[in-house]
Amino acid sequence: MAHAHDSSSERPAILDKVRPAELPRPKLILNDRGFHWITDKVCGIVEEPTPLWWKVLFGVALFIASFTGLGLFYLVSTGTGTWGLRSPVGWGWAIVNFVFWVGIGHAGTLISAILCLLRQKWRTSINRAAEAMTIFAVMCAGIFPLFHVGRVWFGWWLLPLPNQNGIWPQFRSPLEWDVFAVSTYFTVSTLFWYMGMVPDLGAIRDRAKTWWRKAFYSVLALGWRSGNRQWSNFEMAYLLLAGLSTPLVLSVHTIVSFDFAVSNVPGWHTTIFPPYFVAGAIFSGFAMVLTLMLPLRAIYRLHDVINQYHIDNMCKIILATGTMVGYAYATEFFIAAYSGNVYEKFAFINRAFGQYSWAYWIMVSCNVITPQFFWFKKVRENHSLVWIICIFVNVGMWFERFVITCTSLANDYLPSSWGYYSPTIVDIFTFFGTFGFFSVLFLLFIRFLPLLPMAEIKMVAPQADPHAH
Amino acid sequence: MNERNEHIYGVACTFRKPADVFHAAEKVRDAGWTRWDVHTPFPIHGLDQAMGLPRSKVPRLTLLGGVTGFITGCLLTWYMNSYDYPLIVGGKPYWSAIYPFPVLYECTILFAAFGTFFGQFILNRLPHHHHPLFELPNFARVSDDTFMVVLEAHDPKFHVDDSRNFLQSLGGQEITVIRD
Repeated sequence: MAHAHDSSSERPAILDKVRPAELPRPKLILNDRGFHWITDKVCGIVEEPTPLWWKVLFGVALFIASFTGLGLFYLVSTGTGTWGLRSPVGWGWAIVNFVFWVGIGHAGTLISAILCLLRQKWRTSINRAAEAMTIFAVMCAGIFPLFHVGRVWFGWWLLPLPNQNGIWPQFRSPLEWDVFAVSTYFTVSTLFWYMGMVPDLGAIRDRAKTWWRKAFYSVLALGWRSGNRQWSNFEMAYLLLAGLSTPLVLSVHTIVSFDFAVSNVPGWHTTIFPPYFVAGAIFSGFAMVLTLMLPLRAIYRLHDVINQYHIDNMCKIILATGTMVGYAYATEFFIAAYSGNVYEKFAFINRAFGQYSWAYWIMVSCNVITPQFFWFKKVRENHSLVWIICIFVNVGMWFERFVITCTSLANDYLPSSWGYYSPTIVDIFTFFGTFGFFSVLFLLFIRFLPLLPMAEIKMVAPQADPHAH
Repeated sequence: MNERNEHIYGVACTFRKPADVFHAAEKVRDAGWTRWDVHTPFPIHGLDQAMGLPRSKVPRLTLLGGVTGFITGCLLTWYMNSYDYPLIVGGKPYWSAIYPFPVLYECTILFAAFGTFFGQFILNRLPHHHHPLFELPNFARVSDDTFMVVLEAHDPKFHVDDSRNFLQSLGGQEITVIRD
């Protein structure tokens, strides 16, 4: 160490003789699968005759989705009183479900955009399905605020369009910001998803045997010819959309949290909300990705392209974000105690020990304790257990939104105006049905569109390197 | 035998490996061709440089979209909340860049994404459903595992027999003349 100060000028001779060892990198594609195998595998999913399990699940999903239809029909024909909303809790399950579904969507954008910018090659196997999940989750989310406006036929008043009263939307309101954030998020996610899919749609088109199949995929593929002059623009556009989606996804849940944080309600009016909501969104979204991908991987035998390395990474992200969420819960308590504000202090004591304490402890055990199992490799390798933990996370994150929304509203400043919120059967039907609605869309996606991004998986295969020997 | 160029789109040949097509592309570039392309199932890293392609112009359209979006957001919020129907809400000014900032932010991203998405398709001349390449029987394999170099007849250096021989010298297999 004596020569440390002038090490740059005196290069040890040994450095010219040794060759640095190659870093052992985990394989993204197992069993040395070639390009043709990948094409066959992914196109095969779309080309095979519709499997029985798909038909059964599709029927079940349609049946469950009809609950949302029923719930909404009853709501619109009878009135918003059929939901459990009454003073003081004006935001019940509808807002809880909205935040829950939007949050689910965030992992899709994280995988497709942020991990792309960070050059995480393992994202390629899961990004298409995760992006589809994002879009369908946002569609489920959109139902709730739209019907929460009460007279749904006036929902278009949220848009900056002239109406017969000559009044415009009011841009000082976080709810109006949310309209812009969520609709932009949906639009940009759809563009990104579709653009990334065009080359793969071209691959399915090129293999199509029947006339209708050829026509269907030709229209969707827009005549993509996979020339490098096209790839050059495509790659640039893909990178730019990833760059645009990154601030977008962070802003969306930030703005969703503004719906709460901009108000003056104790427990909501905190600056921790934006980062805390974003971490929670990514946490729940990754849990949903694993909930969906683990069964798909087993059904379609995708073990070579979605291997333990991918599952490990996702589990670790869930562990990290789950711990962040736990840290945020603790910070909220500390800040409430430190603030010296009696209402703020009460809001948090009430959350943990008040009338909704059952929900609070479900939330803490699902979100803070269950992901801690992912510290253990044995747990991450047991995929049934991973799946169960992910279900717990999904449940926990729904309860987090329930706790935030309902505890603060039910017990705010004046004890004389306190109340207790319970959902009605209409609330329950509407929410339950959205899982069916989501599944219907996701099953259609599996059946008709490329589930895995073929071109991107081929790109990260070792034989894709033009300098490999 | 000299075929007439006006009925010919170009000459294509296939390669089996990314490395082969990569080195072939470098040679075509060095030979001074301008109207040609390399068709690959996935973007090959570094092929843009090997082909001598300039940087993509998509970012300009993204910037254009973003600037348009920001200005649109400003005009929208200013016109609606300050000019056409001025309202005082929460003691905030009729218009400032602060209170509608989330709206301006989202509009910027939305329009920039439109610029990128449509810009990419415009620059790639898509949709384009009828193309001579689609008539080529082995073109369907390009989206699977085959790599293809296509020299176009519009290039001043193009001559059917010479181009064929040139592709042969690059190590290409299955050399085909594409009819228009």
